[in-house]
Amino acid sequence: MIATRESFGKALAELKNEKIVVLDADLDTSTKTDLFKEKHPDRFIEVGIAEADMIGTAAGLATCGKIPFAATFAAFATGRCYDQIRTSIAYPNLNVKICGTHAGVTVGEDGATHQMLEDINLMRGMPNMTVISPSDDVQTKKLVSKIAEYQGPVYLRLSRQKTPILYEKDVDFEIGKAVQIGNGQDGTIFATGVTVAESIKAQEKLLEEGIDVRVIDIHTIKPIDEEMIIKCAKETGILVSVEDHNIIGGMGTAIADVLTEKHPKKLIKLGIKDCFGKSGQPESLMEYFEIDSNAIEKVFKEKFQK
Amino acid sequence: MKITKVEALEEKANQIRQDILQEIYYAKSGHPGGSLSCTDILTVLYFNEMNIEPSKPNDVSRDRLVLSKGHASAALYACLAERGYFLKDDLVTFRNINSPLQGHPDMNKVPGVDMTTGSLGQGLSVANGMAIASKMDSMGYRVYCLLGDGELQEGQVWEAAMTSSKYKLDNLCVIVDCNNLQLTGKTEEIKSLNAENIAKKFNSFGFNALIIDGHNIEQIMFALNKAEETKGKPTAIIAKTIKGKGVSFMEDNPAWHGKAVNDEEYQKAIEELNK
Repeated sequence: MIATRESFGKALAELKNEKIVVLDADLDTSTKTDLFKEKHPDRFIEVGIAEADMIGTAAGLATCGKIPFAATFAAFATGRCYDQIRTSIAYPNLNVKICGTHAGVTVGEDGATHQMLEDINLMRGMPNMTVISPSDDVQTKKLVSKIAEYQGPVYLRLSRQKTPILYEKDVDFEIGKAVQIGNGQDGTIFATGVTVAESIKAQEKLLEEGIDVRVIDIHTIKPIDEEMIIKCAKETGILVSVEDHNIIGGMGTAIADVLTEKHPKKLIKLGIKDCFGKSGQPESLMEYFEIDSNAIEKVFKEKFQK
Repeated sequence: MKITKVEALEEKANQIRQDILQEIYYAKSGHPGGSLSCTDILTVLYFNEMNIEPSKPNDVSRDRLVLSKGHASAALYACLAERGYFLKDDLVTFRNINSPLQGHPDMNKVPGVDMTTGSLGQGLSVANGMAIASKMDSMGYRVYCLLGDGELQEGQVWEAAMTSSKYKLDNLCVIVDCNNLQLTGKTEEIKSLNAENIAKKFNSFGFNALIIDGHNIEQIMFALNKAEETKGKPTAIIAKTIKGKGVSFMEDNPAWHGKAVNDEEYQKAIEELNK
């Protein structure tokens, strides 16, 4: 079990490109950029508790050929700095990687102010922005490396919650290409980040009940893998999406956008039902907000019992 | 080619003022007041101070300018056109649908624009990033950031000011176009800002702050030299200016913050500048 923020920090520290510069806003031990700082102190910039300034500084560095990774909690990275990202990064299309850790209710005890549930919505609605939300250690490390090579603004959504390792070390991932897990025909579970492991758990339990579903790991929410969504809509029965994000504007909405235009079909969206989070243990919160494996299982069972 | 003579720079500034009015006259919109207040500053920067080569607008070793008060785009475009980055004829397309000359500067559309700006308060952070990159790579280029006095009401400016001094960015020079007016009134009344207390603020944030007459070419040149000589800390030049400078009916009148000139006003303004 390892949190994607931890995998991110480790991967960042290993990147060989000397153009990479890391910025943090007094949270490096939490965002895990401290691992980069230890290794490359000369390429680490601590801006203090000043997220807006961090985003602007990153933009300036990018105009001079640097590849800045600016990290802080997702709530501050995207919410507090929306206009800085919009004017100083996305509109000029600068090569800045915005890394928001502690996304979703799985932040846990810190509560609603720190549980960012609107970041996917904010970032995917912004022109030029690519939105990445990895699900495990292997995928995070591979995608951090891909993001560094990719030219243009990226929002990387990361979690505090530890999750199981889902992929073998040699699996490769491409920005914009979703990953299919299993080949069930009864239904599809679209998931991203922490909910991918929950979906796989649900998939296993459902199979015991004779319901064979596939899981689609949507690690890139923008540009979304339209081909995969259409393929699953054609090949499988019930479509369900599950995310640790508001059901308005998140991955589910992005999938629904594709279905509406390209292959109209009902999608059952699981996510935080347009409300703020609250304090509690991450597992309890996932259960409370019905984004855990039990909630997913329930949706399919109800459908198949009818 | 750099202009070294004061009179020649004054003449150039006068021409740039006329260009600004032409841009806004043709566009039927724009921001004349704040463009005319920073014209002398920008003229000295682009024609005397900055190490730039218009034929190589993306040269990695060039000096850079961030026009944090992006609404003074007409002034920046006039300087760039006069300097040879693009044709002066293009200025009349300012703010038109097919023009690269956007209402606020777009670095990807106009050669010579070093940063896209428009939302106030963001430029100093960006300038810091550029100045840090210059130091990291031992490139030696300098970075200039032109801010409005009203813009200093944005909190991000002060977040950034702390970063400038933390990283001892002596290759960074902030210039505040202190024209005492903002869209709805006097800057001093809206948020108690004046040249003197702005200088104190920058000093206390670790800058070397200087107050000058922002329409006196010699003083601007002197202050920019002082900034270059200052080591170990960034410089902030607080330039006392007059909004709408050079056009009698615009001077010190907030109504001309974001308003176009009509036929008659345009003619009158150009006549005054040609006197």
